[in-house]
Amino acid sequence: MPNVIHQDGSIRQDDWTLVARPAEGESLDIPQQPALIPADLWLAGHEHYVGRDDIGVWFDSHDEPEILEGKVNELPVIAVNFPKFSDGRGYSIARLLRERFGYGNELRAVGDVLLDQLQFMKRCGFDTYVLRPDKDINKAARCLNFFSQGYQAATDTQTPLFRRRAS
Amino acid sequence: MYVYDDHDRQIAAERVAQFRDQTERAMAGELAEEEFLPLRLQNGLYVQRLAPMLRIAVPYGMMRADQLRRLARVTRDYDKGYAHFTTRQNVQLNWPALEDVPDILAELAEVEMHANQTSGNCIRNTTTDQFSGVQSDEIADPRPYCEIIRQWSTFHPEFAFLPRKFKVAVNASEKTDRAAIQVHDIGLQMVRNESGELGFRVHVGGGLGRTPMVGPVVRDFLPELDLLTYLEAVLRVYNRYGRRDNKFKARIKILVKALTPEGFAEKVETEWAHIKDSPTRLTPEAIERIQAYFTEPDYASTGNATDLLAEQRFENRAFDQWLTHNVDTHKKPGYAIVSLTMKKTGTAPGDVTDRQLDQIADLADEFSFGEVRVTHQQNVVLADVRQDRLLELWQAITPMGFGTANLNTLTDVICCPGGDYCALANAKSIPVAEAIQRRFDDLDYLYDLGNIDLNISGCMNACGHHHVGNIGVLGVDKKGEEFYQISLGGSSHHDATIGKILGPSFAREDMPDVLAKIIDVFVDKRTEEETFLDTYRRVGIDPFKERVYA
Ligand code: HEM
Ligand code: SF4
Repeated sequence: MPNVIHQDGSIRQDDWTLVARPAEGESLDIPQQPALIPADLWLAGHEHYVGRDDIGVWFDSHDEPEILEGKVNELPVIAVNFPKFSDGRGYSIARLLRERFGYGNELRAVGDVLLDQLQFMKRCGFDTYVLRPDKDINKAARCLNFFSQGYQAATDTQTPLFRRRAS
Repeated sequence: MYVYDDHDRQIAAERVAQFRDQTERAMAGELAEEEFLPLRLQNGLYVQRLAPMLRIAVPYGMMRADQLRRLARVTRDYDKGYAHFTTRQNVQLNWPALEDVPDILAELAEVEMHANQTSGNCIRNTTTDQFSGVQSDEIADPRPYCEIIRQWSTFHPEFAFLPRKFKVAVNASEKTDRAAIQVHDIGLQMVRNESGELGFRVHVGGGLGRTPMVGPVVRDFLPELDLLTYLEAVLRVYNRYGRRDNKFKARIKILVKALTPEGFAEKVETEWAHIKDSPTRLTPEAIERIQAYFTEPDYASTGNATDLLAEQRFENRAFDQWLTHNVDTHKKPGYAIVSLTMKKTGTAPGDVTDRQLDQIADLADEFSFGEVRVTHQQNVVLADVRQDRLLELWQAITPMGFGTANLNTLTDVICCPGGDYCALANAKSIPVAEAIQRRFDDLDYLYDLGNIDLNISGCMNACGHHHVGNIGVLGVDKKGEEFYQISLGGSSHHDATIGKILGPSFAREDMPDVLAKIIDVFVDKRTEEETFLDTYRRVGIDPFKERVYA
């Protein structure tokens, strides 16, 4: 089983399985273990999934998190896929989920997750990361903390540096 | 000028450590080339035709003497002894060794300099008018707002991987725009509303390159405290909806065009409504704190040196011309704004040697409270020179090569490095600038022609702003041969316009003649008060076409 990095740098075994979007005409095949399914399919089958703590969702970078507005906290885990590390839409999606829709459970980054992006992800509200397998997971803790502070307010801090300086 | 506090120093040091670590991982093969690419670009490092190129940030164009001296040293120790002032008010080194870059960045950090986000798909250096804070016609000093934007955009966690690079410019003068704000992704014009409150008129979606556009207004009045939250809303809309499938269609201008400016503005307003009152909203105290770094220097109360200058200029015609062309009026009596032109014929526009950098530092200390500004026309400004010392200054700079009295004339060319340095070039640009400078070497004739912006780029990326030159020259490639296309009527000021292409392109050796013909048409057709651009706008492109292709 692959590992997942927690935002404090610790590494745990990952027990969630990411379920790919089924091809045209095929139906969703949920395994017998905690699973992350495409967010729109979860919404479409809402009545089946409600109350289940072993079903979470994932968004792709072009998906609109707005579709889950008001329902996000029914989910134990939301994952956001980075199809390519250079596709920065996932950062905005994370901030919207956290700051606008008040999502309070686990938010994880999956896909092309590399070391040098971890701290940006953390600042935008991701708290777990599934590193691309060829990267050295032991360097994650260091990369999560290259900077001791940031100029901006983001999900990790309510106070931009200009407000901290004033106090 | 802004001075780092402990927070800024710590962040800068952490950045250098981070890049050192990244470089080591890249060299050890732990980072693929394509993974290292955006990281090195966000630290200013390009890989170029002859060697890597390092683009060093000069926030809103301002530098202190100690920073210039450090640049001189870096240029000497790590490069070939010269650097280049760019149209983005930054400084470029053309030959650093890849493995030295972390050390160079560490040296720069010691004097509060960096190369953060000078390249890559992120928010770039915010630029402004080089006369900020010293001219009498500005709404307010734009530099504190540029610094506020600089801090907000530095390592912004949400916007480090945008669809494309992103440039912001601020202008505060009502009369002129020396920052070309309407050809930026976001252009901010400082304004006051009817109640006298300070704010910004916001242009979004301007830009040059392959699809040049003048940025439409998306908000007439943005109150100053809302600056950052509104920028955040614009960037978030762009980050989410900007095209990522095609690099050439990824700029925000394409999104604004696709949605229409009104449609785009609406999306931004909707987004903004959610975050308008978030902690990112500026406070008067935060603005005042930054403004305190841009207070007036310790001006002497000397009064205008009108009589002295009249006498000096009467006795010395060359000094008189320099005063007329390169020296501007200052808001403070007894002071003047001096532009040092980096346009000596035979030197690439914007090029400076390490020795010249040291000389400029000395001039700054001696004549201008230890500060200079870099201009997007690739010149350098001493903003606070005592009028009674202008003659002394002029005598000092003339042998250094900074005294060419051609500011804003045809030979004050903006020119990108082109095929001599740049891997992307279709043609050389520096020799074209030089040939034109040689052809128009009579200063009296140049003065008679008045202000003409001649801008030259070596390819359609438009680093030399050719689209907004009154006369623009673009290097094009035709079956492996270098040719030059001319456009006329561009402007980067309040009346921003994209120039119109004259017709088929020309060989390099014909360029001075072609320019001479264009100028002849202007001289024939103009009325007494007209500039080149006025005449062009009145008579249109046809008379130029007829003469040039006759
Ligand atoms: C020598 C290495 C250089 C390389 C590889 C380079 C590359 C590029 C590229 C690829 C673009 C196009 C971006 C787009 O599509 O919008 C661009 C634009 C630009 N570059 Fe450079 N450039 C170089 C040097 C310079 C220099 C020396 C200057 C200043 C003198 C400069 C100033 C600019 C400006 C102002 C633009 C913006 C055009 C716009 O607003 O769209 N560049 N550059
Ligand atoms: S315009 Fe083209 S040739 Fe000139 S510097 Fe830019 S990319 Fe290079």
